[in-house]
Parts: sequence; structure tokens; C-alpha cells
Amino acid sequence: MAGTIQLDIVTPERLLVSEAVDEVIAPGSEGEFGVLPGHCRFLTTLRIGELRYRQGEQWKRLSVSWGFAEVEPRRITVLADIAERAEEIDLPRAEAAAKTAELQIAAASKHEEMEAARAQLEKALLRLKVGKRR
Amino acid sequence: MPSLQHIRRKITSVKSTQKITKAMKMVAAAKLKRAQDRILSARPYAQKMAAVLKSLARGVNRDLHPLLRRRAGRKIELLVITADRGLCGAFNANILRRAQEFIRERREAGFEVGISVVGRKARDFFRRRETAARQTWVQIFDRLNYAHGAEIGRDIIGRYTDGTFDELYLLYNEFKSVMQQRITIEKLLPIEPPEAGETATGGCLYEPDELTVLSRLLPNYIEIQVFRALLESAAGELGSRMTAMDAATRNAGEMIRKMTLVYNKTRQAVITKELMDIVGGAEAMRGS
Repeated sequence: MAGTIQLDIVTPERLLVSEAVDEVIAPGSEGEFGVLPGHCRFLTTLRIGELRYRQGEQWKRLSVSWGFAEVEPRRITVLADIAERAEEIDLPRAEAAAKTAELQIAAASKHEEMEAARAQLEKALLRLKVGKRR
Repeated sequence: MPSLQHIRRKITSVKSTQKITKAMKMVAAAKLKRAQDRILSARPYAQKMAAVLKSLARGVNRDLHPLLRRRAGRKIELLVITADRGLCGAFNANILRRAQEFIRERREAGFEVGISVVGRKARDFFRRRETAARQTWVQIFDRLNYAHGAEIGRDIIGRYTDGTFDELYLLYNEFKSVMQQRITIEKLLPIEPPEAGETATGGCLYEPDELTVLSRLLPNYIEIQVFRALLESAAGELGSRMTAMDAATRNAGEMIRKMTLVYNKTRQAVITKELMDIVGGAEAMRGS
């Protein structure tokens, strides 16, 4: 189906993206999903992952952590807790965060600590991955 | 009549006070711009969230999720948001008066009312009253970010689910304009889904499933509501301080003007008196 989709990515702090795009690939909690214009309505939770969208031939990347996506035939709204454009990611900081998280995992004694540190690590690794591909 | 030196000292003192109020006004004005921008940038998320919730809550059974379920209990919690600092007009006083009214009304109606507070002013106020605050958050306005909203949100959701209270109201100053704040009381829990206006399109798929999506979305909804209230209050405080300090600066100017008048009159009187003395002396000399 021809045409474009209106993509809005918002976080509690700001409106990050509001553009007409041709295709979106997002990290759903049940697996990555692609959206083209005319997609059926659905609502999903997101996990930590990379979100890509295409305008013409050009792909843009973002890291998103948690949140939701609401898909409608002509519109997709992403409500992310944290989202960053690939260009904005501070690589040294992400690397440092990954190291800290690794140390925390090694030192964690309780299950919750372990889980929290794992989530941190996952987030940092994702930011590294997305950031390096810019 | 006060001495010349006395008046001069008073004028200097008022002048230095004026300098301070003026500086405070400028600082508040500069910060206000940023605070307003933050409200504007938080608004899209809050709106989209409300929209998503609206489309989701259509046709959902309210008993499905604990945060939506209405409970018969008589325990109410009031979350009061004030500023950390004073010198911002009636900003804090208005909120605290409304809080007491609310507490009294509900108690008379037979409810049990507890409070939680954000901001040093509210904490100090309730510390001196018989109602002890269950939870306090202070000094968060200098570095306000979403994490604060999330923390408070998690706390109240936790308390709500474990039955500490059955309803939660939020009391804060809404930022209407620089000159105006509106005292707002909102019911936060149980969540009242926004009224669905348009007709349902239906055929919506949920992934993983409706309940899972709801249980992720509802806490987020609470968090963003709290965060928005914090932002509104922060901007309102600055607006109120700016107005108050502007008035104070003008009053100081008026005082200086009046005192300068008295000062000049006194000075003239002193000169006249001295002249009279000299003339009188000269007359006396000639007369002898």
C-alpha cells in the first residue's frame, strides 16, 4: 500500500520524532515487528532495543528502552520511557555504564540487584550497538 | 522629627532590599522560561498516553486491573505539592489552606484522611499539625526530572495496592499563566479512564495481551500525571515568585521616593534653621 505513516516518538521529557516515514521496525516485547503503511491496529509493549525507520532509502536508528507502541493504519505512536537518536548517544559514557553494570553483576548477592544490574547492562550494550552504527 | 542620618540609613537599607528583590525577580523570570518549555515538551507524552489509555479502556472491564477497580473503603490519601522555598506570594499558603479545607471536609464526611507531601513548605506546615505526613519528598525542584515522578508514582501505587488507602487525590498549583496559578485537586487513584468520545474502531490487537499491556500502561500513566503536576507546580512557583518580587521591587521604589521627599524636607528645614540662627546672631551683634 502506498503512502507514508506518521511516526511520533515521545518520551516524558520531550517529543523526539514526529515525521512521515515509509517503514518502521520496532522492538516489541514479543519480538521485533515491522510496520508498513496500512498496518492493522495494534498495541504492544516494547522492550529494550533498537528502533529503525526508513524515509526513502535512508534508515535512521534510535535506542528505546521500554514503553509502548500504538499502531494505526496511518500512524504509529511510540511512548518510550527513554529514547535516544543514534547521533546523540554518548559512546564513552555508555561504555563506562556497561563496565559498571558488569561489575555490579559480579558483585550482586541478591536476585533483585542482579536483575537491576542486568537491565542496566542490556541498556548500555544497546546504546553502544546503536551508537556505533550511526 | 527623625534625624537626617537616620533617614539616610533607612533609604540605603531599602535600596539594598530592592536590589535583592530585583535580582530574585530576574532569576525567577529566567528559570520560568525553561520551566515553561519543559511543560510544553512533557505535554505530548501525557496527551498520547491519555489517548492510548482512552482507546484501551473502551470496553475493558474495570475490575480487570487493581488500579482501575473502585473500592468501597473509606481511606483517602491527599498528595500535596508545594514549593521548597518561600518568597513567592501566596503560592504555598493557598495550597496549604485548600489542603486543610479538604482534610476537614472529608473527615466530617466520615473518611479517614492521610497525607503525603512534596516540598519543604508543606512538610514544615504539616509537621506542626496533628496530621503527620506519611511520606515526604523535599528538595526535588532544583533537579526535577522524570525519575522523581516515577519514584513518587511507584510509592503511591505500592501503597494503594497494599491497601494503605482506597482513593488518592493530588493537590497542586496548575500553571495557567505567569500571573495566575490555579489550585487543582485531581483524583488519581483509582484511575478514571478519560471519557471515550469517538466511536470504537475495534479489531485492535494486543501484544502480549490486554492485561499485560494494561498493567504496564497504568503505572506509567500515574507517573506521568505526577510528573506533570510537579512540572506545573515548579513553573507556577517561579511565576508566582516573579510576580511577588516585581511587586516588592515596585513597593521598595515607592518607599524610597517617599523617604527621599522627607529627607529633602528635613534637610531644608535644617538649613533654614541654621540660617535663622546666623541671622539672629548677626542681629544681636548689631543691636549691641
